[in-house]
Amino acid sequence: MDSSLASALAGLVGERHVRAAHAERLAYAMDGLPTHHSLPGLAVLPGTRDEVVAVVRLLADLEVPFVPRGAGTGLSGGALADHAAVLLVLTRLNRILKIDVANRLAVVEPGVVNARLSAAAAPHRLHYAPDPSSQTACTLGGNVAENAGGPHCLKYGVTTSHILALEVVRADGSVVNLGSPGGEPWGPDLVGVFVGSEGNFGVATRITVRLVPLPRAVRTLLADFSSLRAAGEAVSAIIGAGLVPAALEMMDRSCIQAVEDSVYAAGYPRDAAAVLLVELDGRSEAAVDEEARQAASLLSAQGARHVRQAADAKEREKLWQGRKKAFGAMGRLSRDLVVQDAVVPRSSLPDVLESIAAIAARYDLVVSNVFHAGDGNLHPNISFDARDPETVDRVEHASAEIMATCIAAGGTITGEHGVGLDKLRYMPLVFDGDSLAAMHAVRRVFDPDERVNPGKVIPVHACREWAGVRNAEFGMRNVRSRVDSAFHIPHSALDV
Amino acid sequence: MSLLDKVRALLGRDAVLEGPASGEIPRVAPPTPDAVALLLGTAHEEGWRVRVEGTGSWLPPDAPADLTLTTRRLDRVTAVEPQDLVATAEAGIGWDALRQQLADRGAWLALDPPGIAGRSLGSVVATGTAGPLRAGFGPVRDHLLGVTFVTGDGRIIQGGGRVMKNVAGYDLTRLQAGAFGAFGVIVLVHLRLRALPRADETLVLEGPAEELLAAADEIRAAELAPAALELLSPALARRERWVLAARLVGSPAAVAAEEGDLRGVAGGRFAPLRAEEAHAFWSRAAEAFALRPVTFRVGGLPEGGEELLDLVRHQLSDEWVSAAPGVGSIRWAGEASAERLRRLRRTLAGQEVPLTLERAPWALRSAVGHFGAYREGVGPLVAGLRHTFDPKGTLVAAVEGDE
Ligand SMILES: Cc1cc2nc3c(=O)[nH]c(=O)nc-3n(C[C@H](O)[C@H](O)[C@H](O)COP(=O)(O)OP(=O)(O)OC[C@H]3O[C@@H](n4cnc5c(N)ncnc54)[C@H](O)[C@@H]3O)c2cc1C
Repeated sequence: MDSSLASALAGLVGERHVRAAHAERLAYAMDGLPTHHSLPGLAVLPGTRDEVVAVVRLLADLEVPFVPRGAGTGLSGGALADHAAVLLVLTRLNRILKIDVANRLAVVEPGVVNARLSAAAAPHRLHYAPDPSSQTACTLGGNVAENAGGPHCLKYGVTTSHILALEVVRADGSVVNLGSPGGEPWGPDLVGVFVGSEGNFGVATRITVRLVPLPRAVRTLLADFSSLRAAGEAVSAIIGAGLVPAALEMMDRSCIQAVEDSVYAAGYPRDAAAVLLVELDGRSEAAVDEEARQAASLLSAQGARHVRQAADAKEREKLWQGRKKAFGAMGRLSRDLVVQDAVVPRSSLPDVLESIAAIAARYDLVVSNVFHAGDGNLHPNISFDARDPETVDRVEHASAEIMATCIAAGGTITGEHGVGLDKLRYMPLVFDGDSLAAMHAVRRVFDPDERVNPGKVIPVHACREWAGVRNAEFGMRNVRSRVDSAFHIPHSALDV
Repeated sequence: MSLLDKVRALLGRDAVLEGPASGEIPRVAPPTPDAVALLLGTAHEEGWRVRVEGTGSWLPPDAPADLTLTTRRLDRVTAVEPQDLVATAEAGIGWDALRQQLADRGAWLALDPPGIAGRSLGSVVATGTAGPLRAGFGPVRDHLLGVTFVTGDGRIIQGGGRVMKNVAGYDLTRLQAGAFGAFGVIVLVHLRLRALPRADETLVLEGPAEELLAAADEIRAAELAPAALELLSPALARRERWVLAARLVGSPAAVAAEEGDLRGVAGGRFAPLRAEEAHAFWSRAAEAFALRPVTFRVGGLPEGGEELLDLVRHQLSDEWVSAAPGVGSIRWAGEASAERLRRLRRTLAGQEVPLTLERAPWALRSAVGHFGAYREGVGPLVAGLRHTFDPKGTLVAAVEGDE
């Protein structure tokens, strides 16, 4: 990239905070998705909101595209930039600006790490409820952009239900405040449409979030099953009975083995086909006890071999540690791991899980499942070696078939990891040309030149024409040619 | 051909509800989403202005237009999946009919919007009007999994889907919720349900507003989280004094525990209502908001709740007021001039508290707008979105007002 841009940026944020050398840029060539990598033209790390504005204005003047980036833990390639784009890294904007105990809210900069906010709120008996498994690393800006979920979102709701207001720097460098501290949208719900927009609508520079009291009473159950189907049916039984667990997570045998072989061994029974981790919480010990009893008897009635209740906070911690570090543990099974993400109606979990197992067998792949069962949000994870093109080919076919299976069951292609680059090709399977075009047009209201995070989320070629919107090829170019992808999915693979 | 003839040729004779009397505009009731698209596509081409109504019970059908599009024939519940706790319903279905059909399958939509029982689902979504249950279950948008809507130029657009979590594409569902019809006509709604609660108790406490607000503070400080905690003015509660009403919903054990804790607050004076009393209490309060000419809501913070209430009572009146102290929101109904509303809105805006006009006669709506002036930089975005979804301004909606 032009060295004069680097020096102009250095003039705004300081030389130390512009990364232009090849070796420095390599650090930003990937996010959490192992199949895509791309070297950004430059990386710039502003330290304040005003520096963000100055940088974005400069880029606007020069018509240079840019990509906001938090911690880079995203699993859909959303934080990748190509050589013609600048990566705008927000990790230095990491101040917690306010914790308002009386109103149970906090104002933070986008680079604040999720778990750090909860830790800061804990002395006030409050927490930030959405808890992605990556919470010790991912940023709130990334959470907002992806509308992140987590185990406890079953009861407390995903990110979008916790964002009250946003300060956004648009692609032209203008600053706009969306929402209001009390959560009333103040006009149409622009906060709602910004959350989950994957960096396409601008840069969130200030985030007002809701804080929730920590539960006083918690019970955590571990139930193990000798079949996936029985575990899947138990999920429906619990939800159907009107219980609202704080979390309801499932892990299959392959995941259990990986966890038990790792330093995060949680004492999950190795011979189980699946375990369910069920957490109930509330204010009253007696009531939560009663609900835990009810859940336990439902689990037993559905064929659980054992139902174990964590005796104390330490045991509970251990049970959760296994779940939260499951991806890491599975990462040891093979060189690479694709963490898939899809959603199905809860009641179709048993069938879909069996179909996924059949797909894995057909392609001779190891697929491990660890997921938010209570929401029907699946994570079938495929272990593989990305150096072997033949394996990669099987992985891509299997992934496409898994997506097609979930769509056929009435589900969707992503519940929390986003579309990014990885899922662009599946978008036309869930939305028609008009709906995609409408989304594209909305993006252009926020960013008429499509300069923020170009080429993500909307497969522009699949959009029907929309008044006033040229079907810019700009976006699609970097998907295939500029970003190196290990994946080249033949469209025939989707016809299953 | 006259407009009426064209519409009849397009959708069939019986799509036009009744032969309009002189001076009235035709009321068209398309029977399917496709028919809505056909009608709006034609209106867009012909330059007709269309006002949209559900059952016509919330916003008065008085906006100047060439025709009325009513969703009342889109009144089917197309799917209820009690196991998955999701349902799909057309936008014109009445709230009471929807609630009944869900209850028959053991399912519940945890929303209690203001208005009469027959109010349409689409109107609740389009105006984003949640009731007291918002405290426990969130605003209207939190209950939506997806919507299908028709743009002002007749395109059918799908936002979201039918599953519990969904981040495929941008969230057009939230964009539609509470947009007062500015971005299209909602025709189909995918809903997130709950199991019909096994226990549902309402307790009330009467007294001066200040005292009840103090009790609400105590409840919050104790981390009690009733499904609803609402402060109602005497006229609204049909009592001598102000009422603080708490609704507890959930498993019998949880409700019993909460009830015990609640009675420990405010010197044990909370008194339970019998089931049918409770039902009448909440539905009367909801319906009252459809009886007065003007209704608005303000969205503040829990901490400033008392000052906010004072301000509203002082600048307008305090006859018909319902406040959620734990949420920081207030709903008000009564008579108010454009001037007074503007003044109150300006005062509130200075405190970062928006005032949303929920219902009013057209003259007032068009003067002050549902939202009024936006914060800096928001106006161009809303205008851009309106142009995107309704390029010729076919749909009549008073979002900003004259300001
Ligand atoms: C082991 C592991 C477990 C995970 N578990 C979960 C889980 O349980 N639930 C879940 O939802 N996700 C999970 N994820 C995915 C990921 O952590 C989330 O998507 C997270 O929200 C990304 O945050 P980040 O800071 O890393 O964002 P990045 O990866 O840096 O960026 C993600 C997207 O956000 C945009 N972005 C970042 N900051 C901003 C900003 N300030 N303004 C505008 N756009 C911005 C980027 O452009 C990009 O499109 C997991 C990932 C890993 C590696």
